[in-house]
Order: sequence, then structure tokens, then C-alpha cells
Amino acid sequence: MMASSYNAKEEDGRNSNSSTHGGAAVAKSKKPDNTAFKQQRLPAWQPILTAGNVLPAFFVIGLIFIPIGIGLYVTSNNIREIEIDYTGSESGSPCNDCSTNFTWNTTTPCICTVNFTLNQPFEGNVYMYYGLSNFYQNHRRYVKSRDDSQLNGNIKSLKEPSKECEPYRTDPVTKKPIAPCGAIANSLFNDTLELFHNEPNGRTTAVPLAKRGIAWYTDRTVKFRNPVGDNLSEVFKDTEKPMNWMKPVYELDPSDPENNGFINEDFIVWMRTAALPTFRKLYRIIHKNSSSTLTLPSGSYTLKVAYNYPVSSFDGRKRMILSTISWMGGKNPFLGIAYITVGSICFFLGVVLLIIHHKYDSRNNSADIPN
Amino acid sequence: MARERSEDTGMDKASKAKRQRKKKPKEHKTRTVHANILYDRAKGEENPNRHYANNKIKTTKYTVLSFLPKNLFEQFHRFANVYFVFIALLNFVPVVNAFQPELALAPVVFILSVTAIKDLWEDYRRHRSDKEINHMDCLVYSREEKRYVERYWKEVRVGDFVKLRCNEILPADVLLLSSSDPDRLCHIETATLDGETNLKQRQVIRSFFDLDCDFDPLKYSSIIECEKPNNDLNRFRGYIIHRSGRRDALYKENLLLRGCTVRNTEEAVGIVIYAGHETKAMLNNNGPRYKRSKLERQMNVDVFWCVIILLVMCLFAAVGHGLWMFQYGDKRPVFDVLSPEGTDLSPIMSAIYLFLTMIIVFQVLIPISLFVSIEIVKICQVYFMHQDMDLYDEETDSQLQCRALNITEDLGQMQYIFSDKTGTLTENKMVFRRCTVAGVEYSHDANARRIAMYQEIDSEEEECLSHGGTLPRRDSVGSHHSGRVVLRSHSTKSHRRTGSRAEAKRASILSKHTAFSSPMEKDITPDPQLLDKVNECSSQMDFMRFHRQPMSQLPSDLSDIIDFFIALTICNTVVVSSPNQPRHKVRTRFELKSPVKTIEDFIKRFTPSRLTSGSNSSSSSSLNRSSNKGCSSLLPSPSAESTLTKLNEEQLSGTLEHTFTIDPPSYDGKTSGNPEEGELRYEAESPDEAALVYAARAYKCSLVGRLPDQVTVELPHLGKLNFELLHTLGFDSTRKRMSVVVRHPLTDQITVYTKGADSVIMDLIKPSETGNSKGKRQKKIFCRTQNYLNQYAADGLRTLCIAKKVLSKEEYARWLQRHLEAETAIQGREELLFESALRLETNLHLLGATGIEDRLQDGVPETIASLRKAGLQIWVLTGDKQETAVNIAYACKLLDPDEEMLTLNADSQEACAVLLEESLHYIQAKFLCSSGDQSTKTFNSNLEPFEIYPSLSTSSSHAAHFLVHRLGLVIDGRTLAYALDKSLEDKFLAVARSCRSVLCCRSTPLQKSMLVKLVRNKLKVMTLAIGDGANDVSMIQVADVGVGISGQEGMQAVMASDFALPRFRYLQKLLLVHGHWCYSRLANMILYFFYKNAMFVAIVFWYQFYCGFSGSAMIDQWYLIFFNLMFSAFPQLITGTLDKDVSEETLQQLPQLYVNGQNSEEYKPYMFWMNMIDAFYQSLVCFFIPYFAYADSDVDLFTWGTPITAIALFTILVHLGIETKTWTWMNWLSIAFSVALFFTAALCYNASCPTCYSPSNPYWTMQRLLQDPLFYLLCTITPVTALLPRYFYRACQGTLFPSPVQAGRQLDKLPSDTRRNILSLSRVKMGSPLSPEPHFLSLNKPKDCQKSASKEKQGSVLQTNKEKGQKSPLVSSRCEKHPTDLHPQAPSEPNIPSYSRNSPQLSCRSSKDCLDETLQPSDQSLSSRITSTPLVSRADSIHLNLPADRASQSVKYTRSSEGELCSDQRVQPAQRTLQAAEPGLHTAL
Repeated sequence: MMASSYNAKEEDGRNSNSSTHGGAAVAKSKKPDNTAFKQQRLPAWQPILTAGNVLPAFFVIGLIFIPIGIGLYVTSNNIREIEIDYTGSESGSPCNDCSTNFTWNTTTPCICTVNFTLNQPFEGNVYMYYGLSNFYQNHRRYVKSRDDSQLNGNIKSLKEPSKECEPYRTDPVTKKPIAPCGAIANSLFNDTLELFHNEPNGRTTAVPLAKRGIAWYTDRTVKFRNPVGDNLSEVFKDTEKPMNWMKPVYELDPSDPENNGFINEDFIVWMRTAALPTFRKLYRIIHKNSSSTLTLPSGSYTLKVAYNYPVSSFDGRKRMILSTISWMGGKNPFLGIAYITVGSICFFLGVVLLIIHHKYDSRNNSADIPN
Repeated sequence: MARERSEDTGMDKASKAKRQRKKKPKEHKTRTVHANILYDRAKGEENPNRHYANNKIKTTKYTVLSFLPKNLFEQFHRFANVYFVFIALLNFVPVVNAFQPELALAPVVFILSVTAIKDLWEDYRRHRSDKEINHMDCLVYSREEKRYVERYWKEVRVGDFVKLRCNEILPADVLLLSSSDPDRLCHIETATLDGETNLKQRQVIRSFFDLDCDFDPLKYSSIIECEKPNNDLNRFRGYIIHRSGRRDALYKENLLLRGCTVRNTEEAVGIVIYAGHETKAMLNNNGPRYKRSKLERQMNVDVFWCVIILLVMCLFAAVGHGLWMFQYGDKRPVFDVLSPEGTDLSPIMSAIYLFLTMIIVFQVLIPISLFVSIEIVKICQVYFMHQDMDLYDEETDSQLQCRALNITEDLGQMQYIFSDKTGTLTENKMVFRRCTVAGVEYSHDANARRIAMYQEIDSEEEECLSHGGTLPRRDSVGSHHSGRVVLRSHSTKSHRRTGSRAEAKRASILSKHTAFSSPMEKDITPDPQLLDKVNECSSQMDFMRFHRQPMSQLPSDLSDIIDFFIALTICNTVVVSSPNQPRHKVRTRFELKSPVKTIEDFIKRFTPSRLTSGSNSSSSSSLNRSSNKGCSSLLPSPSAESTLTKLNEEQLSGTLEHTFTIDPPSYDGKTSGNPEEGELRYEAESPDEAALVYAARAYKCSLVGRLPDQVTVELPHLGKLNFELLHTLGFDSTRKRMSVVVRHPLTDQITVYTKGADSVIMDLIKPSETGNSKGKRQKKIFCRTQNYLNQYAADGLRTLCIAKKVLSKEEYARWLQRHLEAETAIQGREELLFESALRLETNLHLLGATGIEDRLQDGVPETIASLRKAGLQIWVLTGDKQETAVNIAYACKLLDPDEEMLTLNADSQEACAVLLEESLHYIQAKFLCSSGDQSTKTFNSNLEPFEIYPSLSTSSSHAAHFLVHRLGLVIDGRTLAYALDKSLEDKFLAVARSCRSVLCCRSTPLQKSMLVKLVRNKLKVMTLAIGDGANDVSMIQVADVGVGISGQEGMQAVMASDFALPRFRYLQKLLLVHGHWCYSRLANMILYFFYKNAMFVAIVFWYQFYCGFSGSAMIDQWYLIFFNLMFSAFPQLITGTLDKDVSEETLQQLPQLYVNGQNSEEYKPYMFWMNMIDAFYQSLVCFFIPYFAYADSDVDLFTWGTPITAIALFTILVHLGIETKTWTWMNWLSIAFSVALFFTAALCYNASCPTCYSPSNPYWTMQRLLQDPLFYLLCTITPVTALLPRYFYRACQGTLFPSPVQAGRQLDKLPSDTRRNILSLSRVKMGSPLSPEPHFLSLNKPKDCQKSASKEKQGSVLQTNKEKGQKSPLVSSRCEKHPTDLHPQAPSEPNIPSYSRNSPQLSCRSSKDCLDETLQPSDQSLSSRITSTPLVSRADSIHLNLPADRASQSVKYTRSSEGELCSDQRVQPAQRTLQAAEPGLHTAL
């Protein structure tokens, strides 16, 4: 009994060494195992960073990056994009009146129109964005100010929103919970943009703008859900609309009952807080016209804005952007340029290393290793 | 059962002690032990022993309940933990919280729980082993059953009677009451306590000595009073009070300590005195020390800088936020959310809140996982060091032990090594080499040849031993215990309890061998001449005995010879055992027992008056008041009593014959010359004792038995002789000698044989009466012996002198009386005993001297040479005499014949000061002179002195530019004592550190530790102390790293050390390879850690510029928190554990690479900042490339942040890749694992719960990103851009300024034979000390070769010189020819004394003069006075042995009669004082 327990001790002893097999209680040799691992002799690749060794890597990187960069740059340049700033902070701009007179408390929308021309036709699906500048949607307290479980249709959270929503949690007057609660929802972008094509023949046709499909599919189906109930207005009965809102959440899209409540796509898009203070958000999609090749032919267009969203308090700017997209997203020449630049630098450094290698490496080798 | 518990803290013990104190306030300084059986009925209250700790041991730190609070409390001692908890708690404050509070706790909880689990596991293991120990069985007497019954150890209580059988382990500290041994002895093996494998004898208490029948516990009614539990293994005092009121003293000889094993004794009974935690073995259990490594200290500075950076960043963000708020003024934008209370925050308030928030967000900058990672890496490093086959010693089956887990990297940064000599550099296997008897030298040439032969076959022999494993196991034969194997395992286990397992195994293996008995030590080839003489002598004696002639008629030279061998044989403490009867002493007892009464009678009759007075005077002790009341006369040691008795009897009877007995021939069937005789084994406490006994046996003068009162010696022709052992005065380090008093069976004289260090014995030799021939002869012998002693010392032999003295009975009785008084004295007993010994050991008659060789360990010279090349300064501190030490130093290449040697011997403080001053001046003068002659001696440039540790300039400015010359310094203990004085220590250090090697002889343990402390504190260098014996313990403890050699001198050094090695030569690999690796791995890992955290945090910091400094993070909080902990944790651990910058072979062959660690080149302060800058650059890239790529797009916060996280991860991993030097599959795997882990975790996280992870709620983000080509494009370009500068820099550095380490790596890549060629070439080149900026293997190779060749030639010339010097011992200070090594240097100290300007003119003198001058004074000194060490005349001398290969180049520095030197004036007073005693102070050149 003693012997066996002794062996057991042996094995989980402090020096967890090689003796792992049990046996008689004779003193086993403590000789360490001669394994590559234990003797630290694992086969290893030992790169030595010298100009000569590293040089190919630089050239390879340069040779790969430059074509990629060119490809990206070309792709980005092929994207059609037009930005219309309709902030109206400058006098003389079409929306100046609206911007100066408008506050959150105004109930009637102020309508203004902006005319613009497309010099080149837009092909394929055209994406209509609204863009805001200087809007810090990424502010720490702002980002937190939402209740995901309320937005997911949780009845309990509907009645009692999360504390994170403070101070947009309950209505200060009625004491009813706000749905959707929180600062993000409260500051929902509520300008209405409409696009009209002024055809050369003088007719003005409204460009069909698709409201659906602008939000992430997973957002619309998984993250955002209306509380269970037949009638949305019934479900939201005991709640209050956010303070800055003109319409309650179940009336966001009068035209499409499926697009109301928390699953309204404009709302969902807004709730996905932007990363940077200057951002754009997808507003509508102009689907490719099946009959003609051009979605938006070149020509004159009119943007009709129901100006509801004040930005003067933070010196913000509002834009409407029309853009086609490519496989790599919207227009952004940066990445292409970056690739070209980095590739060139690598190539250049490669050349420098080549010189260094020729001038010093050979000498050094003979010095280090006197053969 | 004192198992070394590595985790035991002192706290534990302290608390225990406290508890004890609380329990027994009324108990004072003694403990009273009653027998338990008297109180068996009344269990509990009445039992007077109830307060004492029971034998149950509990070494666990925690209980189930106390674990959590106690463990947390301990963990919060680490400041970092408190910091992180603080931050986590900060998250619970709503205004400032940055993360979900629960989530913020995760890392802290994770770290704490990992540590807690580790602690818990360790504690559980302790608990299990405790349990196992507590449930071991032993026999305890039971009153009910009237017999001994089996009990668990934990049930043993103080006051119990335990019965011990052979090979059992003692369960507690037991007072021996009875033994089956007829001599009332009990033999124990104490290997588990002190590592000594020889058997110790323990004696039954005097009062129970004469019990004829077995000890009956029922009759026991005495009370024992003894000291309180303490940890002094070598002390036990107390007394036993019998019912009759009689008191008997108790000594450590009566105490059997827990953990020891009973040997050679069938049965023994004892009473438990100390149990459980109060046993001496348990009290001796010290946990490992906590040391903080240099690297860690450096790291802590940078952690501090990180804190500063963190605060600056937070402050910046706070100010930014305030300004950002301020610019909006009153018109609050919609995105500026009010505080939860709905109040508007002023910019200043929100800035303050933001500051706290930022601290939380940026907390990662202080690397929480760094501390844990370092610990893990260190554990792995220790594991690999343990596993290293090269550090495994097959002979002793022991390997490296790391006892301090947290200073592995210090091994790579050592600058000074302090080494013990005996047992560390040498084997501590003593081999008898030669001897001189009565002035005649017996050179033992055959013996020398034999030893040389052993040296040659040594390696083969080692192999044989290890493979065959056929070493005779002493206890495998003849043991009649059926359960022997079980018991054996008992014993092994017991070893483990005291020490670590490794020690235990070592001990158990050692116990299988006979201690100190390799064939080399045993088989001594006798010198034929001496052998003849011995034979002649003994035959004559036989003849004389037969004819009843007095032995004194023997010619004195013959009698000296026989006495010499008798002294060798009996003047020791060697125990004889026979291999056939394991651990059973061989006995030839002649009955001489006398009743106790006679002793008392005799004492009373002998000195009635003095006895009483003596007892009165000695009873003034304050310590043991009660014990002294008139009972001190009962304290004499048994042997003394019995000898007195015997004396008494003889005086009464007057018969002399009966002590002389010829053994019956039937005894053991052995007669002289029987080959079986050789099978007797000698177990000695010190190896030289055994060596001498074996030597004597070679001359047929063999020790055949030893009993406490009698030694049996077998002599040729005479047969067995019993020497009645009257008294033994044991060896101690102050007296440096031991003596035995015996009654010589042939002459019937009371004879004292003394053996000891020559320096002491020679002073105690009786001055010979001048005039008569006998006196002349005596003087001649004395002189000759002295000469031979010097010669032995010069050969590096350990010398011992043997002397004897004949006492008349009256003299002896007188001495004995006073000695007994001394022994019985309570106060100052040690001093009195010392004086008493001094009285006996005077006026000795010199018999002869022996030279014992202590062989150098294998590979010591090579190790020292390569350590030296590694830039380590090696100081050897030894207790040996100067000549021996110097010769060993030469042998082990510590001193180089090429070097000059500075010898400092001073007699007084002033002289020492003068000497130091002079040496300093000499060094300066020499250095100036050489710089003046620089132009003519350009060829010396290869020997240029090297600057020590340029890094020092940062730590101590005065140390900068200090040059190490090619000088050796030899200093003796006395001078060292003066030099270590406060007033001189600076000067001493200045001298010592400019010397390449320092040798301190005759130094005490205290001096050793003082020296280490001095060097460590004053020079601010990393010190390593290595030693094997108890005398090195203090030094080992003081040094930054203590290394113990698990050698022959027990375990004390190992116990005190941080690392324990089996052999000295393993130090080379330990330092050069493992030290280097550990250091460079850890240094790189720490730097990487700082970089990694800074880089990651900085990304978030840049974002603050784009979120209104609101403390927002685009990186999901989960990623932010687990990034360090999980995603990026493993690769760096693998790299930190496995990375090898240079291969093992190259590191060992190019010791110069070690300088890398010494100068902290892997981790310099600027590197931290470089890394920080790089981190900021990389974070800028990692932030702005995604920024511009996604600028003005519809990307949302976390869809943008997730790629950044991925990019950061890639960048960090590739960065690690650039820094990784060796890629094994584990590196690849870990990196792949990290990436896979991140993506898997992200995918799972982003798919799991659409509402749970507020506020980021990154549902399906990763999945969408993976479909986005932009993501891949970003992940490609960003790491490349971020790492481009570093990669480019590394490549350029590798080509333009390759470090030595890199050159080493390039060597690794070459095929092995090419490499070997290069290394052999480079060794030639690098033979000269490494210059601080090594132009690694520069181009001027051919020149070097020439130079070295010429150097060698000079070296060989020198060799012959040296040999000559050895032949004539009169050449005191060898003025050897050295290649001139005068080094051109930059001036080191601007304020060079004025005289040095003169020195160039004075400096040149011919070497001939120098020779003459040296010889003359030393001749004088020799003739005027023969000291034990005439080689170095006792004068204060500075032997500056200057090289003089070219007359014109020789440098002369002299300060004697020529008055030009301004230092003269200062010297004068000291000189005058010294001149009186000694030949004048001189400086020989």
C-alpha cells in the first residue's frame, strides 16, 4: 500500500518529470527524456532578417500591391456618384428658409426643392443616401441610449424600457414609457426626400424610390421586431412617441403597413449608429429599370425635401447622395491609391535594400564568417 | 518528515507561533514533558502535555472556509490586481462607466481565478501529502493494552512512548530512553535533514543507560524539562528529573529528530518531546524566497511610464471633451445625451467624468495579463531547465533544481560570480597523495600515477556506473526484514518530506553508495619505502612486546611512524561498518563496565573541594536556574565519566595488563592480511578523514572498530590493538584541529593525538630544547616538515599536520577535572570548552604531515575560462590557505600565468590601507606608463583592457570607464577583514574590480557574505554566489542569485539556494545558454507586451478625435477586453517560452554572446520608447487606413470597428513574427490558433443573441464582413503598411550593424563543420577580452593568429619557469616572465595623483633587478622566521609580479627607499609600526 501510494505521489510530484510509468518502489532515474521538445531542439525555421533575405519580400509585395491598387482605383472611378447639399445654411440656397426657421418643435414640414443635373447617366441600381456631417452618432452616451430588447419586440421592455434610455425613457409629462426609447430613436432623421426627373420633353416624372431592402436583412428579421399583437396601434397604446417625433412609431410609413413600428427600415437604418461624425445612410434604392439600361439617364433632376431635421445646432450639413456601387462598395479611391502607394514604397525600399545588400552584405558576410 | 514545502510562507509559521503564544501565556522558557500514560485515564484537562502541538501536521494554507478571503487577500498584495479591481469597480458608477460593468470584471476575475485555482491545486497537493504523512504508522505504547500498538502518526502526542524499529522513520522528535543495542546506542541516518549520509550515534539517556532489562514504560515516572521548540538542529538542552529528585542532563545526543531513519538498531524506545510542527525538522522548513529579478525591476519602471502615458492620454481626452462640449455652447445637439438624471452637464464636469471613463477604456495599456504571462513563461522556462539532459548528472541521478521560480532571467545578466572552492570547483573527494613522517618525505609516486590513471578513465567509469547500476547496495544483503522494500520506500518518502524530491532521491541514492568511497579514494598504493619502515617498526614492536621490553626503546623515527599511522587511524570520528552486515558496526568489545556509584565516588575522592566550588561558580546561569541547583556535577558526558572511572580503577588496582588484550584468533575469522579486511567500510563525516583512514589501511594499519570508549586498530604483526578512547575533542572551525585522548595499549601511556591545519598545529608544537641532539633533531624535523608542507601547498594539496603528546596520568586527571567543569558549565560552556581544549593541545610533538588532493571537478578550468570570456568576473572565496588556493586557482585557470598577481597580506588596519593605496597607485601608474609607451607597443592592442559594463554608467556614474586590467588579486582573510572595514571598502573595491580575478583565502562565511553584499551594493552589479557547504549559505543568500552545488557536504547550501546544480561545470550551460535564453525571451516578451497594449489602446485613442472625445470605442467591448486575454495571448507565450535567438552550441562556443544579457541589450530603456513610438505609428496606420477606406460611407460603428480589431490582431501577430527568431510548429500553430480563435469567437458572438450585447449589438456583423471584399483588402494592406518600417529597420540593422547575437545566428545556419572551423578561428581571435562594442570577428584575422602564437610561446617559457619555482620552494614571489600587457587606455580618472606623472621615468628598469630584489627579502624572511606559510612572508607585501619579457619595456613601480614618490610620506608611519614585527614592507617587482 505504501509502495503504490508512493508511486502515485511520484507522478504528480513537483518536478513533473519524465517518470510516468508506475512500477516497483525503486528509485527511478530522474534522467530527463531525450525528446526534441524537452531538450528544446524542435526543428525550426530560423529566418535571419538581413537585406539579402528580406529583399524578395519587398519586391513581391510591391509587385502584388501595385496591380491590386490600380484595379481598385479603376473600379472606384467607374462608380457614378453625385452629392447634393441641401442644408441651406448659406443664404441663397433653396432650403435656406427652412433651415433658419426650423426647429424640432415645428409641426408642419417645410418643403424646399433643389435642382441638379446628372452629366452622366447612372446604370444599374442606384442608391440614394442622405448624408449628415458633424453628427456624432458615435458619441458614447448616444450609442448606448437604446433598448435592444424593446426593439426586439419584448413586451416587458416596451412597458419598462432599459435604464440606458435615460433621459429618453419615459415621457416627462405623461410618465408613459417611450417607444422606441433612447436618444438614437429620438433623433431619428425625418427629412423626406423625393426625386423627380425633369425629362427633356418638359415632363416631370417622379423617380420610383424603393423603401424596402435598405436595412440589413438580419436587422429587419431578427434584431428588430414589433411586439406581438394584431394591431400595432393597440400594442403601442400605453407608450408615448419619442419627444422629437411627429408621428408615433406605428405610423412611420403610412403607405406600407409592413414597414411600420420597429421594423420600419428607415428607422432600422438610423438605429445602426454611424462610425464617424460624417456619414451617409441609405435612404432609398432606385432599382434598375428592366426595360431600359439606364436607371437614371443624364439630365436635370429635382430633389424635393420635406425639411424636418434641424442641423444648425451642431453646424451639421445634410446631403443627398446618389451613387451606384461596385463589388467593393461605394466610390472611394483611397484604397486604390493606398495600395499603389504602399506597393511603390515597398518596391522602392526593395531597391534600397538591394543597394545595401550589394554594398554591405557581401562585405559583412566575409567579415562575420572569416573563411 | 520535514518535507520542504515550497509554498510554505513564513507568515504561516508566524501565525502558528502566535497562536502558540496565546495558548500558553504562563509557559516561559522551557517545556515540561510528562509521560502520557500517567494521565491516560484523565484525558484532556489534567494532562500537562495537552498544550503542546500534536503530531498532526497541516501545511496547507487554506481551509475550505478561509480559502476565498485568504487567497484574495494575498492576491491583492500585488498592486496591479488592486488597480484592475479598482477599474472594474469604477465601471459600476453609471456616469463614468465605459463597459458593461459585469463584463469589465471579467479580466480581473479571470486573472484572479487562474491564480486562485493554481493556489488551490497546490494547497490540495499539500493537503494530500499531509494526509499521507499523518496516516503513517508507528508503534505507540498503550496503557490499556500494556503493549505497543500501531497508531497513525497524527495520533502521536507529546509524552507518548514510541517504539522504533530498524529502518523506521521517526515520527516526531523523540528522546531516546532505551535501545536494543548493547551500548545503548541508536544509529540514525540524517540524510533528510542535512544530507549527510553517515550514521549518527545517539545515546540513551544516562539514567536509563544501565537498565538491564527492557525499558518498561509503566515504570517511567520522570519529568523532562527542556527548551522550547526551536529550529537549531544541533542543539538540545534539558534535563530529566527522576522521581528520586535526581536530575540528568540531556544533550542533542539523546534526541532523535523527526524525519531521520533508524538504522542498525533493532529496537529503540523513546518519549516524544516535540511533535508535529514543533519538531526541529518542521521548524527548519523554510519556503522559497521571493526575489525580484533585475528585468522585473526594469519592467516596473516601464509599467510606471505606462501609467504616466495612460494619464496623459486620459487627460488629453478629457480636455478635448471639455473643449468639444464647450464649442456647442448652449445649443445642445441631439446626439449630446443628457445625463441619466436629465441634467445638463457642464463641459468641465463632463471632462472630469470622461477622465475616469477614459481610464477604464484605456486600462489595457497597463498590461493586466503581463504579470500572469510572465509567471507562466517562467514556469515553462523552469520546466525546460529541469528537463535539460546536459544539466543532469547521472552519477548522482540529480538534475538542476530551480528553487526560486521568478529569477530565471537573472541568470542571463550576471556580472560577478563568487565561488567557493572546496566542493564547488573541486570534487571534495579527498585522495591521499603523499605524506611526510618525521621529516622524511614519502612521495608516493606510484599513488600519483594511480590517480592520474583514474583521471583518465574517469569518464568511462562514470558510464559504467550509470549503465550497470551494479553498485553494491549495502542493505540489500543480510537484511532480515521481510517488509524491507516497504520500509525502503518509507525512507525514500521521508527524504521527500525534508527536501524536494530531487534531494530525496539524491540522498537515497547516495545512501546506497558508501559515503566517500570511490575506488580512487580507497585504494591507495603505499610508498614502498614507508611500507618497509612500517613493517620493520611493527615487527620490532611485536618483538618488544613479546619480550616485555618497554616500548620507549624503539628508535624515535620508527615510533614516529607507527604513531603517525595510529593517529591517522584513530584521530577521527570514522565509523566502521561491514558490508556483510549492513550498517552494523563491527565490534570487538572488551567488557569494562563500572557501576555508576564508582564514578561519583571517584569524582568526590578525586577533587572533593574543587567540585563543590566549581559547581557553585558555574551555577550562576540565569537560563536554566532550576537545573543548576547542585546538580551540575551530574552533567559530565558519559565518555568522560567512564574514563574517569577507568582511571580510578587503574589507580586503585595498579595493574596495567588488563587493558592490553590480544584478540582471540577466532574473532570474525579475520587475521591481519586477510583480504576480507579490505571490505570494511568507513563512514566519515568529512571526506578527508576517510581518505586518511584509507591511507593508513594501505599501510596495514587499519581501523576495525570504533565504540564510544574504544577504538580497535589492526596493525601488522601486532594484530588487533584496543585503544581505550578516553576523550575526543571534536573538530571545529575555530580550533581547526581535533584530538583524541587514548590509552596506548602497548606503552600504556595516555596519549593525545592531534590532527589539524598546519598553521595551528605548527604553532602548538613544543619548542625543542636547544643543545641536545634530540632537540636538534626535533628542530630539523620541524623545518623539514614545514618545507614539505609548503611544497604540498604549492602543489595544491590540502595539508594536515599530525602531532602527538604523552600525558602523565596526573596531568590528564588534572586536565580532565577542569574539562569536566567546563562541560558542566551552563554559561559560556563553549568558551570554557575551547579553553580546555587549548590546555590539552599544547606542547605537541610533531609526527608528520599529509597532503591530500582535492581534485578539480571535471571541466572546471574550461567552465571558468568560458565564463570569463563571457565577461563574468569570477571571485573565488575559500577557507583554504593561500598557497593551496593560489595553486588551485592556477589549475582551474582562474589565475592566468600571463597575468600579474597582486597579493595583499596585511597585519593591521593601517598596513591594509597602505597596501590598498599602493596597489591603486600601482595600477594607475602602470596604466599611465603604458599609455606613455603606447606608440612603441602597438602590438599589444589585442590585449587591450576591456571596459566593464558600459551600462553601469547609468546606474553609478563613478563606475563608468572603469577598466579591468589583466591582474589577479589574492587577499587573505585577515587582510580582507581590514579591507572590508567601512573606511577601506571603497579603496578595496577600486582595486578589486580593476583586477580580472580575485582570490580570497582563509575567509570566513561571514566575510564571504559581506564581500558579496559589498560588491553587489556598491558596484550595482548582478552577483551570483555558488557554493556547496554550510559555510557558503550566507553568501548564497546575499547574492542576487544563489547556486548550490548538491555535493558531498550536505544540503544546507542547496536549501538556501535559488538553483541547485549537481556539478560546477553545469554553471556554464545554466548561465550561457539558459540564462541567455531566459533573459532574451523574457526581455523580448515584456517589450512586446508593452508594444502590443500600447498599439491596441492607441487605436482607440485616435478614435476619440472622431467621436467628440466621448470615450466611445469602435471596438466592441468584448473584443477590447478579451483581446489581450485570449486572442493575442498564446503566440507570445509560445515565443516567450521557446524562442531561441542563438542555438545552444553557438552560445556555449561563443561565450561572448553572454555580454548581451549583462549589458541588458535586449531591453534597454530607450527600447521601451522605441517600441512605444512604433506602437503609435502602427496604431495610426491601423486606424487611418480603415478610416479613409470607410470615410463618408454608410458604415456603422461596429461594422467599422470589427475590421480594425482584426487588423490590429494581424498586425500584432505579424509583429511578433518579425521578432520571433525560431519558428517551430508550435509558433505556427499558436498564431493560427489565435486567428482562428478570433474569427470563431467573433462569428459565434455575432450570431448568438440579437439583443444581449448592448450597446454594440453586433449581430451578424462578422458574417457580413466576411462577405465583403473590402475587409480582406484592408486586412492585407494595413498590417503590411504598419510593419513596413520595422521590417525594413530590422533588415537594415541585420545587414549594416549586426549585433553579435545575430552573427551567432548566422553561424547557426552554416553547416556544422564549417561552423566548427569558424569557431576555432574565432576563439583565437576572441581570446582577448571582448571590447564593449565588439567588432565581431573583424577582418584582421591573420595578424591575430600570429599574435596568439607568440603568446603561446611565451606561455610555455613561463611554464618551465614555474616548474623550476616549484622545485625550489624558496622562490617566494616568483617574478615570472610574462608577455607584457601594458595597455593603452583612455585616462579613467582625471585626478590622478601627481606622482604618477613621474612614474614614466621611474618605471623602466631591467627585469633582472626585479628578480634580485624579490628574492632577497624573501630569503631573509625565510631565514629569520619560518612560518607556516613562508611562501608569502608575513610582511605586508605587495607582490606585483610584473611581466618582463623585454627589458626595456618592463615597468617599474617602486616605493621603498627612493624618496621621489609622494606616497612615501603617507606610508612611513605604518611602515615603522610594521617593521618592528616583520621584515619591512616592500614592494617587489
